[in-house]
Amino acid sequence: MSGPSLMDSLFQRTLEDLIKGLRQQLIGEQAFISKALEEIRKEIKSTDLSTKSTALLKLSYLSSLHFHDMSFATFHALEVLSSPRFSHKKIAYHGISLSFHDSTPVLLLITNHLRKDLTSTNEFEVSLSLQCLSRIANVDLARDLTPEVFILLSSNKLYVRKKAIAVVLRVFEKYPDSVRVCFKRLVENLENSDPQILSAVVGVFCELACKDARSYLPLAPEFYKILVNSKNNWILIKVLKIFTKLASLEPRLAKRVVEPICDHMRRTGAKSLLFECVQTVVTSLSEYDSAVRLAVGKIREFLVDEDPNLKYLGLRALSIVAPKHLWAVSENKEVVIKSLSDADPNIKIGSLRLVMAMVSEHSVAEISRVLVNYALKSDPEFCNEILGSILSTCSRNLYEIIVDFDWYVSLLGEMSKIPHCQKGEEIENQLIDIGMRVKDVRPELVHVSRDLLIDPALLGNTFLHRVLSAAAWASGEYVEFSRNPLELMEALLQPRTCLLPPHIRAIYIQSAFKVLVFCLSTYLMQWGSTASSASPDNLRSGVSASVSYESFDNLSVENGADATVTRGQTYTSASITNESILNLLNLVELALGPLFESPDVEVQERARNVLGFIDLTKLELLNSSVQGEKDLERRGVECSKTIELMHDAFSKELGPVSLSAQGKVYLPDGLMLVENLVGMEMICADIEPPSSNLFSFGIPYEEKDGVSFSNLQIEADSEESNEATSLLAEHRKRHGLYYLPLGKSEIISNDYPPANDPTLQGNINDNADDLVKLTEESLVPKRKSNHAKPRPVVVKLDEVDAKPVGVKKAEYKDDSLSGAVRDFLYGMKDMVPTSSQSNLPGKASSKRKGKEKQHTDPHVETKGNLVDYGNPSSRRRKHRSHGKERKHRSAREKNAEEREDTGQKEKEKSSYCHGRHKSRQRAEEPLNVSAQTTVIPDFLL
Amino acid sequence: MGIRFILMVNKQGQTRLAQYYEWLTLEERRALEGEIVRKCLARTEQQCSFVEHRNYKIVYRRYASLFFLVGVDNDENELAILEFIHLLVETMDRHFGNVCELDIMFHLEKAHFMLEEMVMNGSVVETSKANILTPIQLMDKAS
Repeated sequence: MSGPSLMDSLFQRTLEDLIKGLRQQLIGEQAFISKALEEIRKEIKSTDLSTKSTALLKLSYLSSLHFHDMSFATFHALEVLSSPRFSHKKIAYHGISLSFHDSTPVLLLITNHLRKDLTSTNEFEVSLSLQCLSRIANVDLARDLTPEVFILLSSNKLYVRKKAIAVVLRVFEKYPDSVRVCFKRLVENLENSDPQILSAVVGVFCELACKDARSYLPLAPEFYKILVNSKNNWILIKVLKIFTKLASLEPRLAKRVVEPICDHMRRTGAKSLLFECVQTVVTSLSEYDSAVRLAVGKIREFLVDEDPNLKYLGLRALSIVAPKHLWAVSENKEVVIKSLSDADPNIKIGSLRLVMAMVSEHSVAEISRVLVNYALKSDPEFCNEILGSILSTCSRNLYEIIVDFDWYVSLLGEMSKIPHCQKGEEIENQLIDIGMRVKDVRPELVHVSRDLLIDPALLGNTFLHRVLSAAAWASGEYVEFSRNPLELMEALLQPRTCLLPPHIRAIYIQSAFKVLVFCLSTYLMQWGSTASSASPDNLRSGVSASVSYESFDNLSVENGADATVTRGQTYTSASITNESILNLLNLVELALGPLFESPDVEVQERARNVLGFIDLTKLELLNSSVQGEKDLERRGVECSKTIELMHDAFSKELGPVSLSAQGKVYLPDGLMLVENLVGMEMICADIEPPSSNLFSFGIPYEEKDGVSFSNLQIEADSEESNEATSLLAEHRKRHGLYYLPLGKSEIISNDYPPANDPTLQGNINDNADDLVKLTEESLVPKRKSNHAKPRPVVVKLDEVDAKPVGVKKAEYKDDSLSGAVRDFLYGMKDMVPTSSQSNLPGKASSKRKGKEKQHTDPHVETKGNLVDYGNPSSRRRKHRSHGKERKHRSAREKNAEEREDTGQKEKEKSSYCHGRHKSRQRAEEPLNVSAQTTVIPDFLL
Repeated sequence: MGIRFILMVNKQGQTRLAQYYEWLTLEERRALEGEIVRKCLARTEQQCSFVEHRNYKIVYRRYASLFFLVGVDNDENELAILEFIHLLVETMDRHFGNVCELDIMFHLEKAHFMLEEMVMNGSVVETSKANILTPIQLMDKAS
């Protein structure tokens, strides 16, 4: 098909026609657009430039506002660009900046067009090409056009110069070596008094300083002048941003700028400048008390303002102050708390963060109470926001702020019952974590768990399933603290458990197993003790059982009333009778019977384990209890042995296990792990790995799984049980080292330092006291005078709990741009020591200029230096960086085969510069530091 | 890069002007605009004009039927951006006289041109209305 005819061109639809047409289409807009696109595809091939440019204009419109691909027109855009007419150029540049990006194939062809327009005498053409360059520049464009931009940086047309300054940012980013060429002129522009120029150049430095502020410290005097002299708020805001970065690096600089900034704060009427001052003070000048007080005063004005924008910003500024000056938050606490019920969710979240910042050891109960009440009233999203922040704040640093764990565990229980709660997973983790770490809280934990388990309504809420699985696990693991295990058993096996997902149901069944074993062993011990003591006693208990305990409900009431510590650490009252045991066994059989055929293997296996265990023991147990004690002693021996065994297995306490524990397990001689398992890999390839949520308890649970698994084996072949127990014992002996000490002190302190390190504790308390001093009068009007009990021991695992602090590999990122700048501003010192020493005092800027003069022709110098850096190590580095660059460029290079030959040398040169650059910089790192300390005061004073 | 993108969206959610200062694919832009428009247009007058979205901060302001949305970096000064939006509207108002949505629709290239005078490479370079409008007036005269 040929291009459009003359008639087509004559009757071409303009953009305006297109827009009008679009407006008339109520439906079928898509059809209209695709028709228009068809036309455009034809028109854009026209040889007539006006037709072409109109087509491009329409295409840009559709691409920008209706998301239609215009990549097919990239070459046509270049054709329009070559038009001598300005209006065509404008359309072409717009289309190009809209559609070109780093991997556009024809990007290489634009260099000459841009160069031509950059050197044009028409300032508007120059401006168009600069704007385009700022959008599409890549490494090649930035490198090739650096000379043109350099010239424009000192153009006497302000209109062009300011745009050239703005474009420099992109050029620097893409091609850091251009710093050597352009940086000096850029700095010179800082001293220009024209607000247009100043605005542009300060904007550039603001962006540069955001990435790596340290490199720009030597320019502080220039920025200071602008800060003091400028009347333009836009410029001042940018300069303040720069000082925010610089002042935190250089305390002496902070001292200098604090007064001018406070002046601005007092004088200015512009809220934006005021806010920027406040932000600078609270971020970087928080040591200067008077400044902070002034800023907090301004924040207060923001907070009480009607305008939600100011309120939001006030809250945010306050949250920056909070870590260092908590008093600022306390002073405004009414406003903050009131904002929790603001109409704007953003403001609500802001105030929530602040409220959480006020939390201390003493106020945590009070604040949590307030917040949970808010959570009950608010919408689901904010409710979970509140719950999430309570959970994360309270668990911070191993529950650092929690003293009363009983309270916290019951708070967790309460939180899970809030209707909108979706934080099941987090609550689950904390319940289990606390259970393992804090021994003293276990009775309360079991109590809370019981309340959760026993409520059938909770099983219907899928968000709570995770919490319930934690509750089930805790009540199974710590069943000895249960006031009524029989009731617990009923809760664990209630019919509605079928609503649980299988892996949680498996946990329920496993816990039921533990409860069952516990009941049986308690029962047996009871028999043992009663059998050995007088028989009437036994008789009486049996009778009373049959009379009064008709159902479990009665039982629970009775037991709840006289729940006391009866035997050792056991909380359960010793009133498990024949009848209740019989009921218990029946209940378990009834509930688990149907699961024999469960499709889920985990559920099925565990159900079978329990039922198998019952089969093994039930008959003898019942027979023995029906017949006299003599028989019991004889016939019950075997089953009681089994029960004892299981009980022992379950009663072994599980400690938290270090993540790296596995690595410490000694590898036995002769065990060839790799060789044996290589073959397995192939066999197991198709088999799916076990779903991870089966092990929802994380490491401890896996460990537990292992233990119970070996128990199951014991059960399966009870003849070998003795051997198995000895194996188990051996296993524990070997691995015991890697469980937590839990009272045993023989473990080397190096591995596991004592949980409550006295010094550590002291520090925490000191910190807390400070916080209290700050918050006591404001937030905790009636705080409890003293905690009734001391904070229980929280077991710590140093390796796991130590926050994984990312090891910083380098002081700053290896950024070639900042490297280049740093090199420019600092590095000269080492290269020309005589000149810098000669005029150290006073005239800072003149000194720098003097140095810079030596650099006016950096290219020459670069070439010259190449030879000097020939030692082997730096050579290797060069090669590495060269390789990197090659890789980075490889995609483009495919398209540039013909250019390659000419470009190669140049590239090599530039990458050599990089390599040299970096290696030298690394070597000079210490030098730079010392240079800074000596250089900066000179600049400042 | 302070300013990442500037959008003008009417209250039906149709984009009237879109200017990006970083490269995004069409799909990314479509998704981003959809999400932002949904988020911002649902807000009421009593709520603040700042919305956090992904790694951007959106500062927006409503003028009659048109929303001006500016996506900025996290450490940009929100109030300054609000002033920038107002300056943009005032500038367009001075040029078109009682600017309305239709002016922007039918003179999109002029609106873009003004923006390009004001913002380069994501930072505000020109804040004087006269300076912004001089080139446009020259061009109008020439054509």
